[in-house]
Order: sequence, then C-alpha cells, then structure tokens
Amino acid sequence: MNTTLHAYSTGWKRGLIESRISLTTISDLMGFIMPTAISIAVLFFMRGADFEGAPVSLGSMNMPSLIGMNVVFGGLMSIIGTLSMDRTNGTLLRAKSMPGGMTGYLVGHVVATALYVLATVAVMLAAGLILFDGLEFDTPDRWLLFLAVVLMGIVTTLPLGAVLGALINNPKNMGLVMLPVMGSVAISGIFYPLAALPGWLQTIGQAFPIYWMGLGMRHAMLPDTMSAVEVGGSWRTLMMFGVLAAWAILALALAPRLLRRMARRESGSAVAARRAEMQRQWG
Amino acid sequence: MGHPPAFDGPVIAVSDLRMRYGDKDVLTGLDLEIEPGGVTALLGPNGAGKTTTIEILEGFRARSGGAVAVLGTDPEHGDERWRAGLGVVLQEWRDNGKWRVRELLAHFGEYYKPYSQSWDADELLQMVGLEAQAAQRVQTLSGGQRRRLDVALGIIGRPALLFLDEPTTGFDPHARREFHELIHRLTDLDGTTILLTTHDLDEAEKLAERILILAGGRIIADGSPDKLARAAATTAEVKWLDNSGTLQVHATDDATEFVRKLLATDGGTVTDLEVHRASLEDAYLTLVAAFEAGQAEAAVDTFKEATA
Repeated sequence: MNTTLHAYSTGWKRGLIESRISLTTISDLMGFIMPTAISIAVLFFMRGADFEGAPVSLGSMNMPSLIGMNVVFGGLMSIIGTLSMDRTNGTLLRAKSMPGGMTGYLVGHVVATALYVLATVAVMLAAGLILFDGLEFDTPDRWLLFLAVVLMGIVTTLPLGAVLGALINNPKNMGLVMLPVMGSVAISGIFYPLAALPGWLQTIGQAFPIYWMGLGMRHAMLPDTMSAVEVGGSWRTLMMFGVLAAWAILALALAPRLLRRMARRESGSAVAARRAEMQRQWG
Repeated sequence: MGHPPAFDGPVIAVSDLRMRYGDKDVLTGLDLEIEPGGVTALLGPNGAGKTTTIEILEGFRARSGGAVAVLGTDPEHGDERWRAGLGVVLQEWRDNGKWRVRELLAHFGEYYKPYSQSWDADELLQMVGLEAQAAQRVQTLSGGQRRRLDVALGIIGRPALLFLDEPTTGFDPHARREFHELIHRLTDLDGTTILLTTHDLDEAEKLAERILILAGGRIIADGSPDKLARAAATTAEVKWLDNSGTLQVHATDDATEFVRKLLATDGGTVTDLEVHRASLEDAYLTLVAAFEAGQAEAAVDTFKEATA
C-alpha cells in the first residue's frame, strides 16, 4: 500500500465526515446560514437604488461581488479559524501523533472548506438569480467562467488561509488578520465600484485577491455593458486570472513550509500552555 | 497485541539526556533503558521534567543533548512507520469534540492500515467500556470517559510502545479505579510496553512493575515497588529541634547509634526528638515537599540517602 496515497485518501474521507458533522451541528449550520442570509437581505433592500444610470440596480450589481467576497472570506477565515482552534484543543497534536495524520488532517480541512465554499456559492447564486433582476446567467460560457473563477478563488484562498493560520500561533491574534482582511474589503469594490475611489486607493485595492474575485464574478453574471464602471472600463479577464494565480503560487510555495514549522512546534505542553493562557484571558 | 518490533534490544534506550530551556536545566544527564513488555512508571514531583522526557521520547520535542533511541530509532528522525508503532495518551485532550465516539475510532483506525492490523472500533469500545457512548458526541463525555477514549485512540494501531502522561490527573476515586482496571486489562494483552508518568506514588505502586523516580533532572531511584520500599525501610529518620528551635532531620541506617551520639554532644539542647522508620511513601513525600519549597538538590540527596 502506498502510504502517502493512503494518507491523502483518509484525509479525503475526513473532509467528507467533517462536512457531514457541520451539516448536523446547529452552531455550525447557523454560522453558515446567518452571514449569507444577512448579506442577501442587505442587497435585497438595495434593489431600488441605482448607480449613475447603470442598467441594473446597485443590489443586482453587488450580488456577484458578494459571492466573490464570500469565496475569499469562507476560504481564508475557516482555515485560519480551524488551524488556530485545533492547536488549542489538541486536534492538531492528535493528527501529529498518528502515521500520516498531519497529511490527513490538512487534506481533510482543504476538502471540508472547499465543500463549504462551494455550498455557500451555490446558495448565493440561487438566491441571486431568484431575487435580483438584470443578472445575465443563461449561457454556457457564463457558467464556465463562473465555475473557473470560483475554483481559482478556492485554489488561491485555501493555501493563503493556511499561510496566515500557520503564522497565528494563538487565537487571540486572530484580530491581527481579521482587520487587514476587513480593510481590504472596504477598498475592493465589493459594495461600491472601485473606479469611484481615489487613484491611490484603487491601486492598493487591486493588490488584493478580493477585488479580482469580485471582478470575475461580476464579469460572469452582469451584462457586458456594466464593464464600463470597472477600472479601465473593461473586465480584464486575463489580468484577473493572472493576479489570482500569482497569489495562489505565492501561497502554495509558502504554505507547506509554514505548516511543517507549525507541526514541528506542536507538543502536549505547547497545547497546555496555550489553553492556560486562554483561560487567564477569558476567565 | 503489538506488531513484532523490527529491532532487537530495549524499547527505550536513553543515555545522558539533557534538556535546557533558556538558562534553566530541566534534564541533566538522564539514563534510562526499558526492555519490551510490562508497565514502567516514571514518578516524580510536578516540574521534575516528566512531561519533557516523555515528549522527547514521543518525538514531539527536540532535546538539547544526549542519545535517545525509541523502538530502535532516534525520535527526531522517526518516520511515519516508526510513528505507527507508538501510542500516545496526553494529559488533556479535547480534540475532535463534534465527532461521535465510534465514528472517531473507525476513522482514526484507518490511518494505521498500511502499517498494522488496527483494532476494530467495536472491539475497542468494549475493551475501554464505552459501548453505551458509541453514538455520543465526544465533547459530551465525562472526564473519565474521555480519557478512556484517549486510551482507545492510543492503542488503536496496536502499538509496541504506549505513552500515558499523567493519565488520572483530575479524576475522582471512582473514575480513577476504573482507569486502573483498564490499564490492567491492557497489560494482559502482550506485546505492548507501557510507560506512564505520574506524580502519585500510590498509582505507580498499583500499576507498574518498575518505578523510576525522576528528580533534579535525573533518575534517582530505579526498581520494582517492592525493592524500593525495602530500600527505604532500612533507613530511619531522626527529627529534633536544635538549640535555636530549628527542625533538624537526619536519615540514618543506625538510628540508635545516631541518637546516642546526638544526645551525648548536644549539651542538653535537643528537644522534640522523634525516630521514625521510613517507608517509601515518607521518603517520596519528603522529596516532593522539598521540591515544592525550591530545594531540589538537597531533596535529591536526602532521598538517595534514604533509599540507597
């Protein structure tokens, strides 16, 4: 039996089990439904608002952007959150104590998170198409583009989440990562076209993957005339895939090294120390 | 129950193991050899370096110096096959809380499949007495049940060597007794060597065939519970208050002779004289008390005198 292959297939099974567990756990389910429901509701009330005479409402315009944002958010946050929690409760150490356990653990979480992101995307896509007018999603080339951008987004954000999660060795430092991610949302054209922001903010916004995920989703779902409100008046398809791929390559190069370092530092007393510190802080 | 070890010789061989955190020496030349089979207890006061030692043996921590071989391999270079030969039960594990008990056992057993015939989940549940909890979520188990699940996960791959780090800390007497019975059941299945750490002499005497006492960064006593008890009982402890009212304690093989000399030379100032035939428990409790008062070196010397 090939041991590496076996670890991967066990990890795949772990991912499926984790997903099933999440679907039958109320708190996990609420964590999945609430943010999605709230963001769709907010957009629903923006149906009446128009943006400078554009052919679709601000709500319809933001719907695709929101899906793009959720791919990045779902991918980043669930991996970061899981890695930091599992270091405190010993799940990671347990994985380390089994043959092929670390590989299985990581593969499992990649699978579970990818499924989670895909489920979020499917729900939001369905809600978007039903609730919002003016979206164009009726030809195979749009479906294909949509799928390609979503998969590209998953490939980019999961390793990026692993890099950030491996760097945070303590759940209390989550804020250090949350803040910049939130900040990047504000200047990523998710809720308002980037072209309406000052030039220097546009430049910063375009450095982050979240802008390009939003752009790709708008490209796939909005009428082509809507590209007029984008930076440069174009969907910049190649550039969009190019920037996401660059982030993916960077993250994939860094992630294994950082994850190995994280695993190496794991021990019973490290887990106990982290937990003791949490207890001191939260009482 | 373990797979046949792929090496000859001791399960654990350690010589001159040293560990230093910053400028604090935790282990100062630890020597240790454990042959296959049986239960060995690593006994010592809190902070003596038991967990550090066991983490080095498990391959979870890099040592500062010395030679270590576990199942014939240096833990720092152990591969997945080596890892499959070990079982690890830690002090406090709260992992995978949302999983159901049986589901967790069945899934974790799969990791060992390329290496050994891992336990069937139902057999394991029966062995550790968790059949009734099979469909329960792990996070709803009581402390004692949780630790029994940890043991089940520790032995799931039929390891040649099982580590139990302070397995009964925080248990009530009932959970503790049930756990001790479980360890006895494990020793009936041959092929697995068990190394357990504890700060409780009573537990070590109940469970282990061999006790190693770790203090001051070294092994300071090594033998069967009987042998250690006999060694401790040959000495007596003489206590008295000297002329400044300070408590003096002296361990001696010949209490009568010592007291005769003491009273002949004290000029009538000795009060509250007590002679006490020491038991292993006394010797150990004195050691622990001195450790907690921060007098590690003196404590080790006294203990060595008492059990020499």
